[in-house]
This record gives sequence, C-alpha cells and structure tokens, in this order.
Amino acid sequence: MKRDIFQAIADPTRRAILVLISANSLTPNAIAEQFNTTRQAVSKHIKILNECELLEEKKMGREIYYQLKIDKMKEIEQWLEQFKKIWESRFSQLDQVLMNLKSKENEI
Amino acid sequence: MKSDLIMNFSVDKENKTVNIKREFNASLSNVWSAWTEPEILDQWWAPAPFKSKTKSMDFKEGGRRLYAMVSPEGNENWSFFEYTFISPKTNFKHTSTFCDADENPIPNFGSSLWDITFSEQGELTVVDIAIKRDTLAEIEQIIAMGFKEGFTSALQGLDKILEARK
Repeated sequence: MKRDIFQAIADPTRRAILVLISANSLTPNAIAEQFNTTRQAVSKHIKILNECELLEEKKMGREIYYQLKIDKMKEIEQWLEQFKKIWESRFSQLDQVLMNLKSKENEI
Repeated sequence: MKSDLIMNFSVDKENKTVNIKREFNASLSNVWSAWTEPEILDQWWAPAPFKSKTKSMDFKEGGRRLYAMVSPEGNENWSFFEYTFISPKTNFKHTSTFCDADENPIPNFGSSLWDITFSEQGELTVVDIAIKRDTLAEIEQIIAMGFKEGFTSALQGLDKILEARK
C-alpha cells in the first residue's frame, strides 16, 4: 500500500521518529526505546512511514536499520512552498483590489 | 508596484501553525473592509484560476461565512468560517471547516483556527495571520482539491500578465 507523504507528518510520534532517523540509522528496538508507548505502537508507526516511502532499510546481520530518505522529505518542503505561493497569489490580487478601492475613494 | 511590500511566511511544525505576515499599501479601513466584506473578499480570496463564491456571510461573533472555491472546471470546494471574536479594525478570529454545500462538515477533517491581526505602520497596513490546526490535514486537503495544478496554471497566468507589461 502506498500512502500520501502527509500522513507521515500528521502524527507527533511519527514526526519524532523522522527526526531520530534523520540523524542516525536505527533498529526498530532502538527507536521504540525512545518512546513511552508499546513496541507494537512504534512498529505500526514504522510501517506507516515505510508505506509513505520515507524509510531506507538496511540489513546488517540479523538486524534491520532504518534511515530517513531525505529526498522524500523534500516533497513536504516543496509543498509548504506551494502553500506559501498560494498566499502570495492571493495577496497580489488583494493589492489590486486595494488599489481599486483607493481610486474609487479619490473619485468621490 | 508591490515588490517592496514585505511578506513573511513561516511554519511552526511543533505548534502546527502557519504564520503569515504581509504589508499592504492601503489604509487600515480599506484593508479591514477587504477582509470582512463578502463582495470584496470574493475578488481576491481564491488564487486564480479558482474563484471564491460566498453564499452567505454574517460577520459578527457567532456568525458564519459559507463559501466555495470554484475550480475552472466548476468544481466547488466548500468551507465555512465561524467568527469567534471580532475587535473592529484590530483583530478577528474564526474557525475554518471543510464542508459540503449545506454546511455539513466533512468527517475526520476537524477545523483550523485563524487569528488575524491588523495594524497601521505609517502609510502601510500590516496583516498578521496565524493558522493553527490539530493536524496538518488541511494541507493534505488542499492537495486533494487540486490546488497544486491550479496553482501552477495561476503562476503561468501571472507570468503572461507580467510579460505583457514589459
């Protein structure tokens, strides 16, 4: 199953996991130790992050290590950039509207 | 014309808040009108090529604005604002909720909280907006509404206008 990347950052625990694995590659156990929730709960978050294609999996011996796929996170930044541009577009329209209001005032 | 008007945009992921600050080269009372009167609001609220269509608006505490963002294909994306606080020409606060044309909220989306502050700075008017969510779901919803594509074409439209002015 493929998920929308924004599901990854919609949850505080998942955001915290992303921060953790952006610095280090960690095993699921090492990630779970950082949280006060059950291992199952953390496994579920890891599964979702995996489905968002945000995780890079590395096998070393018997252990799996997870690391953040930096490129995918950039999609979020790009999206916020789009959100910003929506506001810029709105505001340049508002500038025009305000100019029209001003010139109407001057007519009166 | 407006290239020197300052806009700040920041995202506070910790507090799930987007902060936007923008100067306008207009009087406080005109800027306030543009934000609070439906006829003026509809002229700029939707980024082109979308159109804003306010169906009803009762700008008072406890009152609502029901409006749609209409895509070029005619798809309507409805939301309502509910005004929780109004201090004329200074500040207003409202919730924003995605809904259908009959004001029924879309389940599982929750609402965002908007806090908009107006102030005079010499000849300019400064508007300070804080949009807070329980989740970042609003951004997901905007994507779902096809703003990404809509916006790209809006920018191309703007490019054409700018080009024509050269």
